[in-house]
Amino acid sequence: MIDKIVASAAVALDGIRDGATILVGGFGEAGMPHELLHALIERGSRELTIVTNNAGVGQTGIAALLSAGRVAKIVCSFPRSAGSVLFDELYAKGAVELELVPQGTLSERIRAGAAGIGGFYVKTGVGTLLAEGKEVREIDGETYLFERPIHADAALIKADRADRWGNLTYRASARNFGPVMASAGKVTIVQVREVVALGAIDPEQVVTPGIFVDRVWECGR
Amino acid sequence: MSSDIKNRIARRVAQDLPDGAYVNLGIGLPTLVADHLPAGREIVFHSENGLLGVGPAPADDQADPDLINAGKMPITLLPGASIFHHNDAFVMIRGGHLDYALLGAFQVSAAGDLANWMTEGDTKAPAVGGAMDLAAGAREVWVLMEHTTRDGRPRILERCSFPLTAARVVKRIYTELAVIEVADGLIVREMAEGVDFARLQAVTGAPLRLGL
Repeated sequence: MIDKIVASAAVALDGIRDGATILVGGFGEAGMPHELLHALIERGSRELTIVTNNAGVGQTGIAALLSAGRVAKIVCSFPRSAGSVLFDELYAKGAVELELVPQGTLSERIRAGAAGIGGFYVKTGVGTLLAEGKEVREIDGETYLFERPIHADAALIKADRADRWGNLTYRASARNFGPVMASAGKVTIVQVREVVALGAIDPEQVVTPGIFVDRVWECGR
Repeated sequence: MSSDIKNRIARRVAQDLPDGAYVNLGIGLPTLVADHLPAGREIVFHSENGLLGVGPAPADDQADPDLINAGKMPITLLPGASIFHHNDAFVMIRGGHLDYALLGAFQVSAAGDLANWMTEGDTKAPAVGGAMDLAAGAREVWVLMEHTTRDGRPRILERCSFPLTAARVVKRIYTELAVIEVADGLIVREMAEGVDFARLQAVTGAPLRLGL
């Protein structure tokens, strides 16, 4: 019998080591697995590399993780959202390393890591500061940059519903990075609003198939 | 820039979007274009966080925190809308599936180089978001911006002094003074009421040609 449902956030995060690379879903606040992130702080994990789109807003979620001094490096596309005060402070002090990646390249590097692809050529960023140090190649008259996959130890995702096999649905634009990150974590950990009976999700409506998911925690929101 | 001027630019751009176009609106000024669509045209707005068919902002008490645009502002979905994940959103962007990307800019060069992610001597952390993907991938990039900086210096230049977002991608520039096409130099297609060519050239940092 397959049962990926776990009883608590703490159990869901079992085995995450210091220094781990962790994918964190969400775009702004939509789809951000706040409760898992707060459990990660309680767990005491440190020296983390966080791969996510934004660098936290206000004092919760990624911002709380930064504030607790747990993040050594952040890989993201847009650390400068309104309210990302904390990241700005830490970055100015040199207390956190930033790898800035164009958003589509970030998403595709995660997909490459998930799909067993050793890299890809992309037009985004050609001739810019973000091309520095990257291989440039002409293909059929177009110029491309070589981008490498991102491999992650774990993915933390927020979804809407799950069954015990780990099939997931999402809600509105909270879907964002969820599906691609879910497929990329060596361990994929999901917080959901609601766990439903096996078979209650119409197979046509499953967005992330359970094969990508390892642990599901019913968070209730 | 006053909201009056911003809305005037947005209204002018909206007139040029053809029926049936798939359009990404960059954060800032371009998002206003959605408020000025001529009646009877179906334009499908794309948002990089996985939406097609974006509608106007909801009333404050109707905002859904799970339904936001690229600027993280609450939005609505129109009949015919679809929701997809980030990779598909950028397949659309990078793969040339969007007809237009409407973007704000700090600077544009006479060759169509775009600078809209980083200024000179910026000490804060850089942020790029989807700007480079949109600039590299949309079939046409149109820029909406104020013609000059706050202290009156040109934003349209022979060469951008700020770091580039992408080279040679901008096809049109809409400002409060003019509509300018980038095609082997800068061709003025339209001037706002009360603007003459000499004045326009004086606040532009690259040679203009009249092509009304």
